[in-house]
Amino acid sequence: MAQIGQPISRLEGKLKVTGAAKYSGEYNVPDLLYGYVVNSSVTKGKIVTIHTGDAEALTGVVKVFTHLNRPGTAWFDMQYSDMDAPPGAPFRPLHNEEIKFNGQPIALVVAETFEAARQGASMIRVDYQESAFETDLKKHLDAAREPKKGMATMLKPPPPKPTGDFEKAYAEAAFKASAEFTHGTEHHNPMELFTTTTLYDGKGKLTIYDKTQGTINCQLYVGNVFGLHFKNVRVVSPFVGGAFGSGLRPQYQLFLSVMAALDLKRHVRVTLDRSQMFTFGHRPQTVQYTRFGATAGGKITALNHRSVAETSQFEDYTENVANWSPMIYPAGNTLLEQKLVPLDVNSPTDMRAPGGCTGLHAIEATMDELSYKLKIDPLELRLINYSTFNTAENKPYSSKQLKECYLQGAEQFGWSKRSAEPRSMRKGHKLVGYGMATGIWDAMQLPARAEAKITKDGKLHVKSAVTDIGVGTLTVMTQIAADEFGLPMEDVVFSYGDSKLPFAPIQGGSFTTATVGTAIVFASKALKKKLLKIAKSSNPGFKDAEPEELVFKDGLMLYKEHSVTLLELVAANKDKPVRTTNLGYPHALKLRKYSRAVHSASFVEVEVDEELGSVKVTRALTAVAAGRIINPKTARSQVLGGMVWSISKALMEETILDANLGKYMNQNLAEYHIPVHADINELDVLFVKEEDKVINELGIKGVGEVGLVAMPPAIANAIYHATGKRINQFPIHFDKLIDL
Amino acid sequence: MNNFSYQRAATLSDVVGKSTFVAGGTNLLDLMKYNLSNADTLIDVNALTDFHAIEEVPDGLRLGSLATNADTAYDSLVENRYPLLSKAILAGASAQIRNMATNGGNLLQRTRCYYFYDAHAPCNKRVPGSGCSAIKGYNRNMAILGTSDQCIAVYPSDMSVALSALDAVVNVSGLNGERSIAFEDFHRLPGDTPEIDNNLQPGELITSIDLPEKTFTKNYSYLKLRDRSSYAFALISVASALELEGDTIQEARIALGGVAHKPWRVKEAEQYLTGKKTDRQNFAAAADIILQGAVGFEHNAFKIELAKRAIIRNCIMALDPSTQLPGAQPSA
Ligand SMILES: Cc1cc2nc3c(=O)[nH]c(=O)nc-3n(C[C@H](O)[C@H](O)[C@H](O)COP(=O)(O)OP(=O)(O)OC[C@H]3O[C@@H](n4cnc5c(N)ncnc54)[C@H](O)[C@@H]3O)c2cc1C
Ligand code: SF4
Repeated sequence: MAQIGQPISRLEGKLKVTGAAKYSGEYNVPDLLYGYVVNSSVTKGKIVTIHTGDAEALTGVVKVFTHLNRPGTAWFDMQYSDMDAPPGAPFRPLHNEEIKFNGQPIALVVAETFEAARQGASMIRVDYQESAFETDLKKHLDAAREPKKGMATMLKPPPPKPTGDFEKAYAEAAFKASAEFTHGTEHHNPMELFTTTTLYDGKGKLTIYDKTQGTINCQLYVGNVFGLHFKNVRVVSPFVGGAFGSGLRPQYQLFLSVMAALDLKRHVRVTLDRSQMFTFGHRPQTVQYTRFGATAGGKITALNHRSVAETSQFEDYTENVANWSPMIYPAGNTLLEQKLVPLDVNSPTDMRAPGGCTGLHAIEATMDELSYKLKIDPLELRLINYSTFNTAENKPYSSKQLKECYLQGAEQFGWSKRSAEPRSMRKGHKLVGYGMATGIWDAMQLPARAEAKITKDGKLHVKSAVTDIGVGTLTVMTQIAADEFGLPMEDVVFSYGDSKLPFAPIQGGSFTTATVGTAIVFASKALKKKLLKIAKSSNPGFKDAEPEELVFKDGLMLYKEHSVTLLELVAANKDKPVRTTNLGYPHALKLRKYSRAVHSASFVEVEVDEELGSVKVTRALTAVAAGRIINPKTARSQVLGGMVWSISKALMEETILDANLGKYMNQNLAEYHIPVHADINELDVLFVKEEDKVINELGIKGVGEVGLVAMPPAIANAIYHATGKRINQFPIHFDKLIDL
Repeated sequence: MNNFSYQRAATLSDVVGKSTFVAGGTNLLDLMKYNLSNADTLIDVNALTDFHAIEEVPDGLRLGSLATNADTAYDSLVENRYPLLSKAILAGASAQIRNMATNGGNLLQRTRCYYFYDAHAPCNKRVPGSGCSAIKGYNRNMAILGTSDQCIAVYPSDMSVALSALDAVVNVSGLNGERSIAFEDFHRLPGDTPEIDNNLQPGELITSIDLPEKTFTKNYSYLKLRDRSSYAFALISVASALELEGDTIQEARIALGGVAHKPWRVKEAEQYLTGKKTDRQNFAAAADIILQGAVGFEHNAFKIELAKRAIIRNCIMALDPSTQLPGAQPSA
């Protein structure tokens, strides 16, 4: 039976729910030291004096590291740049006396116990020389400038050049909609706290248990920053308790843990606490402006989307907020723009559908507004502007079943029961609203390597350094490998989450299944060739066989009427495992002619209390076209998760920034609101059939962020339909919905 | 968080006159972790078994100060005789926290003002005289009634809103013996001493909370407005308890949470409703009386109008006992 397509539960599920799964903060060894970080309480300035004496005198404290006594590290910015680093000079913990953002780590107290380290940290006093700072994006919109370009720009290209004549087309458009959208800062807040446990073996080798989305990314970072041979640095991360992008870059606890371990020649663990989880990357504040024009018949003729986002003073983090509209709606006249304002904050980092879920809110709420002006059903308006051609790149999509998402989604949701006018549906004193929106996300694929090996017990071992941040990577990779050799799941062992395994890029952008899955296919192909070679020398029946003619099934390799077991093949290899490591990569030449994207459509029902404003998302459905679905269960979980985060984004989530103090005020999970169970009602996911013969060997596009792009605007649109109020600022709190 | 010594008290005399008591620890431990409380001795009072019971007393019910919030809310005497109190407790925190939190600790929980919890921001409640960051800062969750130019913090308890409406009495024991404090006199307004939350004297232990005879078992409701359905503090909450004869109000109690430094009750409004019909206009007029003098700040001015609507809605819900059935939505 083919494993691909089966709704197989996560293989590591039992380990997780029984507590047997070990996370980076749970590798305990004798003589482990604990580090606790001290963070700056000012936003900008200099450390004049840092008083560490009391802490150093505390029983149990081993050493206090500050900028004054830290060991030397690499000189050049480049050496601190990781795979996800934006252009600029990456932040260096404890580098010098300069304070660049509130919460900046300024000291590490290392002690024999966690408690002593924490108490020591509370005893450190700092005299600062403060300087004026700016953290409020809205006050500095006029300082917006073009972002610098760099490596990261490859995955996140700037918006396409203007086409046609937007201003003219917009001026002439029969119907127009324009709006301003504001989004505040958000923090990833995965459940697991950032922790690094560095084991020091005394012979110059480090084994580092880290919470990360990229073992090799961290290995290279540590090697470069501390001047170590890569082979002496091993980063292990088999279980990750969520990350949502926060683990794409090495976080400062990694640096501090390794620094202390090398300096003290001891094992050191550094754990950040929940409020410290608000001191590194975050989703940036943004302001967006849209102006869309359409003909009386609803054809979009002009698209203008501008975004201004915050970044730090030292790196130009960008995410694609304004690129998407012409990828969805073909319009002859487009003007797209993305600018940055550097502020005195830490650098933003990719977070849950970075850019996409910000930009799609503006695009899809503007489309919604236009539909009311045109008096065309919002779904109909999308269909009028439907195209399988990507006007932004001037290429057809390799596949695009978005129309099926619209149609099947609408049918299953009961969209036809919507009455056209806002504020026209109610249940008692609740206003009821239906809203829908389109979602899109890049279907990316990067090069990666994988090892495949058959051992003398006939088992298939597949290896990649890739992490599994809780999305089901272990399970789907096992499925893919199993099908390559027609084996049951039990006969396949997938090893992962370890930098000593074959190269995999960071796990993000929903590109992991396509990237590592393809590497497994390449390695399997090579392994089959090797097996055939062995068969040819030991079994005359295979003499004329070509690799493509082989069939693998139930532990057998078959060619016409000939068969040989995998066990026999390894035996013929003198019991030595048959092994190969190969690079899997996207077929650039073939792909050049196509655009690649995943699509979705969300339909949402809300109830809004007319007097009190309280909002409840009573029902929602997201229909997804994402190529081949390897595992409908884990894929569905991804989209359900995205839908929960959508409710979070639209209605609850915000990091409250006090611009007077230049700091985030709600640094804990009691006050940083994400949904609770009681906020989640009926959610459903539908995968429409989408075959993609172009994209890669397996027809995989990737399912993840696509669950979080369409639903936030669908919620906003449903609220408009319910109340007649267009709130373009997320989160939409109930007090914005009452007439005062 | 500093090192501290821990003692488990066995008798009341081990306790009175000392500090710092720990009961459920759900608030105190957070304060310690944030370096806001630096007690060097914690006296665990949980072994004082005398104060765990929920028992009938001649003219009412006595809630042990060390009974947990969960045990109190689900106690059959409380459920049957003071359902408003059950409702209010269950609207607070999360199941896990209610399992640990005690009644005494709930009364003494500190404000959730963000600036109070940040050891470095100016805050008169934490460091008298340092200033108030909330007045010109982010104040959506701050008070609109009874504020001072020193502090605009909110006292966050849900339980206390019901206790206030029910005219509870707080019994305490100290070096000078026992005394009872009427609920309305227990918590204080910030005035010039925002650092003092309530009138408990240092070294005094809350031993119990008495609920008087009047129970309001039929017409009551607790409404909590917040940003998510559970595990969030109230932006506004209302406890309403009515005694009706037909559609005439014999007695009304209305207390507000989330709007002031103590549960907010205005007797004139309740008197106004006495003898009036149970119609919307009358509740609206009472709401206007309750909100008299309310002053909003940059982010919380909405509370003034919304509190009025919440009062009206909640009193109307109190008229219909079915709105209080299990599973009924708080703002249905
Ligand atoms: C994340 C979170 C969310 C919450 N949400 C809500 C909510 O929505 N609504 C709500 O009402 N509450 C909420 N709470 C607060 C919770 O109800 C209180 O923390 C709890 O009631 C405190 O009780 P405790 O027994 O744990 O007190 P402790 O933390 O043990 O003590 C609190 C204070 O009271 C003192 N103390 C305790 N018992 C006595 C006594 N008998 N006599 C004298 N002094 C005493 C202690 O010395 C300490 O100063 C929340 C708490 C948290 C952490
Ligand atoms: S409102 Fe009160 S608690 Fe909050 S900052 Fe001001 S003084 Fe402190």
